[in-house]
Amino acid sequence: MPDRAARRYDVIVVGGGHNGLVNAAYLARAGRRVLVLERRHVLGGAAVTEEVYPGFQYSVCSYVVSLLRPEIIRDLELASYGLEILPLESTFTPMANGDYLVRWADHDQTRRELYRHSPRDAEAYDLFGRLMYKMAFAVKPILQMVPPDPTSFSPRDLLGLSRLGKHFAGLEREEFAALYKLMTMSAADYLDEWFETEVLKSTMSASGIIGTFLGPRSPGTAYVLLHHYMGEIDGAFRAWGFARGGTGSVSMAIARAAESHGVEIRTEAPVERILAEGGRATGVVLENGDEIRAPVVVSALDPKLTFLKLVDSADLPEDFMSALRRFKIRGSSGKVNLALDGLPDFRSLPGVGPHLRGAMSISPSIDYLERAYDDAKYGEFSRQPYMDIVIPSMIDPAMAPPGKHVMSIFVQYAPYALNGGWNDARREEFGDTVIDTLAEHAPNIRDIILHRQVLTPADMETEFGLTEGNIFHGELSLHQLFFLRPTPAWADYRSPIRGLYQCGSGTHPGGGITGAPGRLAAQAILRDRNR
Amino acid sequence: MLRQTPLHPRTGALCQAQNWRRWAGHVVASSYELQPDREYHAIRSAAALIDVSPLFKYRVVGPGAAHLLDRMVTRDVSRCRVGQVMYTPWCDPAGKVIDDGTVSRLDEDLFRLTSGEPNLRWLHLNADGLDVTIEDESDSVAALSLQGPLSREVLTSAADPGVDDLRFFRLREATIAAVPVTITRTGYTGDLGYEIWVDADRAVEVWDAVMEAGGPYGITPTGLLAMDIARIEAGLLLISVDYVSANQALVPSQLSSPLELGLGWTVKFGKQKFVGREALARESEQGPEWLLRGLDIDWESLERVYAEFGLPPQLPSVAWRTSVPVYSNGKQVGYATSGCWSPLLKKYVAMTHLRAPHAEPGTPLSMEVTAEHHRRRADATVVKTPFFNPERKRA
Amino acid sequence: MSGAYDAVVIGAGHNGLVAAAYLARAGRSVLVVERRDVIGGATATEEFHPGFRADVGPHRMHGLHPSVIGELELTTHGLLVRRPDPSIVALLANGSHLALRTGVGATQDEIAKFSHRDAARWPEFVSRMAAFADFLAGLYEQAPPVVPPGSRGEKLQLLKLAARARRQGKDQLPELLRTIPMSAAELLGDWFESDVLQGTLAARAVSGLSQGPMAAGTAFHLLHALAASGERVGMTLVPEGGMGSLAKALARAAEARGAEIRTSQAVDRIAINDGAVEGVVLADGSHIQSATVLSNADPRHTMLELLEPDCLTPDFRHAVRNIRLRGVCARVQLAIGELPVFRGLSADGSRLHGCISISPSVEYLERACDDAKYGCVSEAPYLEAVIPSLRDPSLAPPGRHVMSVFVQYAPYELKDGSWDDRTRATLARNVVETLSEYAPNLATAVEASSVVTPADYESVFGMSGGDPQHGEMTLDQALFMRPVPGWAGYRLPPRGLYLCGAGAHPGGGVTGIPGRNAARAVLQRPHGGDPA
Repeated sequence: MPDRAARRYDVIVVGGGHNGLVNAAYLARAGRRVLVLERRHVLGGAAVTEEVYPGFQYSVCSYVVSLLRPEIIRDLELASYGLEILPLESTFTPMANGDYLVRWADHDQTRRELYRHSPRDAEAYDLFGRLMYKMAFAVKPILQMVPPDPTSFSPRDLLGLSRLGKHFAGLEREEFAALYKLMTMSAADYLDEWFETEVLKSTMSASGIIGTFLGPRSPGTAYVLLHHYMGEIDGAFRAWGFARGGTGSVSMAIARAAESHGVEIRTEAPVERILAEGGRATGVVLENGDEIRAPVVVSALDPKLTFLKLVDSADLPEDFMSALRRFKIRGSSGKVNLALDGLPDFRSLPGVGPHLRGAMSISPSIDYLERAYDDAKYGEFSRQPYMDIVIPSMIDPAMAPPGKHVMSIFVQYAPYALNGGWNDARREEFGDTVIDTLAEHAPNIRDIILHRQVLTPADMETEFGLTEGNIFHGELSLHQLFFLRPTPAWADYRSPIRGLYQCGSGTHPGGGITGAPGRLAAQAILRDRNR
Repeated sequence: MLRQTPLHPRTGALCQAQNWRRWAGHVVASSYELQPDREYHAIRSAAALIDVSPLFKYRVVGPGAAHLLDRMVTRDVSRCRVGQVMYTPWCDPAGKVIDDGTVSRLDEDLFRLTSGEPNLRWLHLNADGLDVTIEDESDSVAALSLQGPLSREVLTSAADPGVDDLRFFRLREATIAAVPVTITRTGYTGDLGYEIWVDADRAVEVWDAVMEAGGPYGITPTGLLAMDIARIEAGLLLISVDYVSANQALVPSQLSSPLELGLGWTVKFGKQKFVGREALARESEQGPEWLLRGLDIDWESLERVYAEFGLPPQLPSVAWRTSVPVYSNGKQVGYATSGCWSPLLKKYVAMTHLRAPHAEPGTPLSMEVTAEHHRRRADATVVKTPFFNPERKRA
Repeated sequence: MSGAYDAVVIGAGHNGLVAAAYLARAGRSVLVVERRDVIGGATATEEFHPGFRADVGPHRMHGLHPSVIGELELTTHGLLVRRPDPSIVALLANGSHLALRTGVGATQDEIAKFSHRDAARWPEFVSRMAAFADFLAGLYEQAPPVVPPGSRGEKLQLLKLAARARRQGKDQLPELLRTIPMSAAELLGDWFESDVLQGTLAARAVSGLSQGPMAAGTAFHLLHALAASGERVGMTLVPEGGMGSLAKALARAAEARGAEIRTSQAVDRIAINDGAVEGVVLADGSHIQSATVLSNADPRHTMLELLEPDCLTPDFRHAVRNIRLRGVCARVQLAIGELPVFRGLSADGSRLHGCISISPSVEYLERACDDAKYGCVSEAPYLEAVIPSLRDPSLAPPGRHVMSVFVQYAPYELKDGSWDDRTRATLARNVVETLSEYAPNLATAVEASSVVTPADYESVFGMSGGDPQHGEMTLDQALFMRPVPGWAGYRLPPRGLYLCGAGAHPGGGVTGIPGRNAARAVLQRPHGGDPA
């Protein structure tokens, strides 16, 4: 590259979300000069902490760190840049009949609690856990590879395909069948094969529907049950946790790590267009008209935003465009953040206890979740939504003033395409529904709210640039995974425009604060450039 | 809060060492006294009273009860008479051991199954299609193990009727302090001994009566550390230590068949049907690949190993349960899973999984020993278990 | 003790008859034992009201597989298959209707009444689906590949499949792989904008499933229907004289080659000794000897009711219990005094020779399914009606007609109560009322009605869970997973026992393929003392 000395940047990363930052950090670590451009005044994209109400730190959008790849924490030395993940120890699920179920961190304690509901389920839970552990181990290589194109004859794709084939052929028959079932079944059906306790099945299946536009009885939701076990095979003691200082501190730690490798980061620098000449990316134009050039542009935005808004469609082939248009990206969730004067007092398990340190799941039955989904199918937010609640200040007291708390409520379902559209009144109505539903289980909640922030899918689109408010940059359904994510033939982080890459959650292996797409994309870019 | 056993009101007060171990979600005394030595010797020379309530216990009732157990376990339950107890493992369809325990035939259609891990689900799966009910009485029934050469005298004094004529692996209904109990002549020490099964609510009364009756015989509340040494001497297996349950194994190499565990004598091919039969029959024809054996580690060799560092042999005072490689001519041929210094035999012994060609008793092998931070090998000889098998056990 | 046979087939459903015919054709002595006094299983045409006869089970063939028709020479045994035109008429509340015709061009004209864009896309959709279905059909010709493969042969089979998949090409393969796990709603939404076109095609995708068109994997079911029938999307095949005539033709084909069929002979259990089949024991206690038994009963009934519990491992029985059998279909048969006159359709019935479908939109179907999810019969069900007496006047007294209505969703398990006279009457009334909105004269024309519920499919036809598919045709219960993982090759654990019904690969529908493939498995891999 003869002109290398003359230009300032080798790579421009569009979007300072956690995947963009991971991507930038890995590229810079390999010696590239990288510029990250972020539209907002803060970094992190959907992984941000903001003091929306004085003294209270909200993890505004994304709120738990589930699967942040340990190798990223190691490679980028994130601990030395302030990242600490605190364990989320339990899941508490209040039931309609006044009882509850808690899955604790301790095996014996969980066994006793499950035994109280069903002695057989207490045993089945262990066997299920062992199977999921094996399954997680079986799919791990897939999550860590650049998806091969099954139609391609290139040596790299063929090698990938043969590796995949060997991997699956190496599984025991029983394991393969279990994996296949996980990929194709509904969470409800899959759990029915194992358990009889309704509330156990519902609270477990809730993890299968997070971020999807599917109900627990929809095929394809069983797969996400694996996620709970993913952390274990990576040596993590617990799969789920909070980042100390809120989710934004994950982004901040990655940003600092990136900067230490020389990455330049600009906030309030919205990109208006990605430039291409002769089918090759050449740089970007900012909204203020500034033009910045680089031979490689990486978009951390979702595929629809990237290719349908920022790129001139004339530069893209029609089959790619039509595949993108078909890419399903319906947002289905909302978020409510509360500043609290005290702690919620649950009817079924009163008082301040260890259950408030973990997740509180409003998922009392499969039917409850399914009905919540039914509302959304026809364009309404759930009258009785599924909610995943955490109180980060219970574990990280610095998130709120002494004695006060912040509560983060992930709410599903809230369809982006709400009948009649989202507006201020509907947003408040949605917020009221959430508080009313929570109050059924913790009646004191209304009395302790100091401040309420409600985010609808429409807000997530305007605020964070998430198309249709989809937190995963595209639904995680079977036909949008692996070599089909985001589109066939372009699941390897590349795009029809040479030099333009994708590194967001819209690429394999998908959403959540994993950093995996950012890292894999960096590998793909480095491989191309080193050729 | 970890659960306490029904006997905790007594054991808690007696545990001077405050040395507790978690067992199946309960706290149980590891040792009562500051040193467990006397407790061990109570097992071998007097009478030791051990709280074994955390064992899993299932009551199997109904016309299909015998059929269910016969289908599930490898022993022939149809030959188990009322009043008899059988030790048996049970397997998955591939013939790999899920668990082991005892089957007590309390009545024609009434059994109690004990096990080290929960087995309710497996019982239910096996009961599919049979007229039988299964009740988990793990919490509602407490278990006291009275072990040692004087245990017969103690129990005959405490129980009505006595146990003078109760034979090895037989059971009897009796009362102790007017509390109805079932007494089985079983145990986990390889010595003369009994186990007393009683309603959890009244377990303390029975403990008190047995302790009182045992006073003249030197009865000693005994913890798990002492029992662990005794069971190794007796060559008795411990699940999750000496073998991995088929329910918990993550890879095939972790699985063991009863033939490999030296439990071939429990596998009754005469029965038409039991879970794992086909696989075990195949394995039996070809011979098992592995065999669980005793390993007698040569004392002089241990002395040589430690002498290199100017030390006499430094052996742990309690039984160990880590995996230790075992070699033949420098090549690993197996692994020891638990071992101890036998205070009685004055031998260092271990339970060992060996590849079949190296499992013949008398085969010279060596076991890894970490002496003063350095890995060495000590000479050892393959022996049959039990290491210690007193006549009084069966007499 | 009865004499010995080379093979005994339990159940004279269409797959059992197909299997028997193939075995007889290969020179085996075969006995078919049927519990009922009529053959055909659910493919039967029976009198439901004096003088009125109709199909009790499916009214469409789903296409008996062409190779079965040819190899068994069914045409010479009296089978006549019609392809009515229009094949489907989907009615709308506003009096308009969408007709799917046998010709692609003719169908385009009909679709154009709703959307020119959709009409333009129709030919490509038809050919695209046909190509995908072809790929699946290739998998249906034989036992499914074993995954992960063990033997060299199994590896080879899988590699061949992979090669065939790659030959689909750069455009097609990713599309195929993408389509299979999709929901019908998503697939059809990608292609079309017309609600009624989407709805009517989606109805085919969910027919017989407990799921709605928004459920993932329903696109696969649409392809399955096409692959199993060798038909084009939207087409309908009907045997002349009702489904009963198909069973008759199959029986003739089997008997002509020496197979013996006995009705009113219920099998009590399959006799097993030392892990191998010895024959069957009938309800009257008599034994029939045979080292080979093929069961046309569903897998749950076969393995949990006909085998002693000890014949299977607990895990295997657990896996069998986990087979999802969720009947959701009912049938309402109406004896009618005059032809219904549908608004917007001519009164002469000329457009009514195919199926009349109430499937106005995907959302309509999804809402119908929502009711069933919670154990209720759909308030507004998906209906597909046929009037077989239009073509075959012998099915009804002169001048009168029979109308047979397939109803979905009517779940096997009702949340409130069970299938009794009250719930059945409600269902019949609901169906008549729904149809009367489109054909106002129907309500008064109905002289009598008869209802076949999922409970009846179980009690009368022996289908566990009232599921005519012998196991819901979802992705997780298809191919190498059917009926249970590891046992998709028609053989069951006891040596000599085979599954030959819809519970085996490739599954439900009136296709005859499970029967054919099972017979071939028996012939290819004889064991357990099969005579030379």
